[in-house]
Amino acid sequence: MNVLELGRVEKTFGGLRAVGGVTLSVADKAIFGLIGPNGAGKTTLFNVITGVYRPDGGTVRFLGQDISGWAPARVAAAGIARTFQNIRVFRSMTVEENVMVAGHRIHRANLLDAVLRNGRWERDEQEFRRRATELLEIMNLRGVAREPAGSLPYGSQRRLEIARALMLSPRLLLLDEPAAGMNSQEAAELERQIRFLRDELGLTVVLVEHNMSVVMSVCERIHVVDHGETVCEGPPAEVKVHPRVLAAYLGEEVPEPAAEATP
Amino acid sequence: MRWLVRGAVAAAVLAGLLGLARVIEGGLMEYAQRVLLLAGINVILAVGLNLINGTTGQFSIGHAGFMAVGAYTCAWVGQHLAPGVAGAVGAGAIADAISLNAALVSGAVTAALAGVIVGVPSLRLKGDYLAIVTLGFGEIIRIVFNNWKALGGATGYSGEDPAGLPAWTTLFWVYAWVVVIITVVRNVTFSQTGRSLIAIREDEVAAEAMATPTTRLKVVAFVLSAAAAGVAGGLFAHLQAGIRPEDFRLEKSIDMIVMIIVGGLGSITGAVVGGVFMAVALELMRDLEEYRLVLYALLLILIMILRPEGLFGSRELSFGWLRRKARGGEPAS
Repeated sequence: MNVLELGRVEKTFGGLRAVGGVTLSVADKAIFGLIGPNGAGKTTLFNVITGVYRPDGGTVRFLGQDISGWAPARVAAAGIARTFQNIRVFRSMTVEENVMVAGHRIHRANLLDAVLRNGRWERDEQEFRRRATELLEIMNLRGVAREPAGSLPYGSQRRLEIARALMLSPRLLLLDEPAAGMNSQEAAELERQIRFLRDELGLTVVLVEHNMSVVMSVCERIHVVDHGETVCEGPPAEVKVHPRVLAAYLGEEVPEPAAEATP
Repeated sequence: MRWLVRGAVAAAVLAGLLGLARVIEGGLMEYAQRVLLLAGINVILAVGLNLINGTTGQFSIGHAGFMAVGAYTCAWVGQHLAPGVAGAVGAGAIADAISLNAALVSGAVTAALAGVIVGVPSLRLKGDYLAIVTLGFGEIIRIVFNNWKALGGATGYSGEDPAGLPAWTTLFWVYAWVVVIITVVRNVTFSQTGRSLIAIREDEVAAEAMATPTTRLKVVAFVLSAAAAGVAGGLFAHLQAGIRPEDFRLEKSIDMIVMIIVGGLGSITGAVVGGVFMAVALELMRDLEEYRLVLYALLLILIMILRPEGLFGSRELSFGWLRRKARGGEPAS
């Protein structure tokens, strides 16, 4: 069963065709890479999947259900969580509070319970704090739980975004350049964490990433896009040497000029 | 057990308030009492407005409109309720208290309804639409009351009695409502709802991606804030002999915004301080006559230069914070 299926998804901005008919399927519990040069349409695809943009054509299916055009909060509640390329943590809130915000869907206490500070409210708060602590532990952020999120280094803020996304108890996790700004040691730690999420929590992960060593080591399948269109798809070893991928990243190979007469 | 403790605390606070109000009413000049009453009403306005402007980051610049709705409703309901209540329990302080509080609740409800009508369409959108819509709303409400003959039109509403509206607004009731409003706003702010409101302020796109029902929560915050303004309006009405549409001009809305900015946007403590500051500063400068507003403006500019984040920033004064300070907040020298 495929968790995510895109069928000929299109998105244009005025005259710019950001995504032009991308079709792809992500299998359950896969770690799936989405790569391509800058401006290839990867983040636009994420935004279409999560409902930030409405697709101009094609369908987005999640667990077999057509979710094209759903509002972002509804998509998130259905089980698709994401992180952002340009970090979007709630800067003035503590790390722990950032994670707790994403628990809104599972909170049972209503506003009146909160005003009265009754038992139901207290159980909710405790449960939220417990879950947040657990997730911060997984992402190795427990030590900074009470720090304001905006004061963390970039690498930690990216991991915080993952912890926050996990609070939604998603089936599918979309990571937009999670290794950007990380040193090689942090990136290696991130690889381990991504595998843990799939192996231990049973998540399906789709990853947009420019750090090729991360992509090649952690992804099982990679989908390459360029100018909003699919270039190819396959396992890392195949994609790495695919001539069209090399062309997209490095430019077309110019035929060597006919050898001039050597003196 | 916990409810017992809370009940005891609430009773103690009320008894303390009542005692304090008696002492102050006995010992202070009427003039000083009036400043204290206005300060309390300001605090209700500021703490309420701060929930939407400070905590949620959605700017309302027409809160005087909600205050007007609450004031007129409360005055009218009070007029029509009081004879019946007096007949039932006998005229006196108890009848007044019942009439006042029933009228205040009705003022809060109508202000909240007005909040729903204004908030639902404008808060569905991201951005500064609320500011524009509330600005218009404040003016429309004022013009409506200006032309509402049954409520006195431009001359204002002062009830049936030629002496004007009954002077029900006492120190005790003002500060009892201050305690209620601060408690409600604090408990909402420090809960999942409050965290979500701050998240909306910090980054609405990210909040939505975390399944936060942003529109609904923005409306909830806005309606609570409107209801608080309604209560303040009702207390204000029974402090005056009458209310006029002129009492709820745009300047009144701006005053409220100044209170929360001076105190520190997003801080309940700041809103309390800002509300008191506004009442006291304006009164202290009364002798300066026409120079008053000049000095007042200079004072605001100075605060913005010296403490651009407001007196309290986004910090709160809490028992925990005081304890930490006392235990060793001072750096060893």
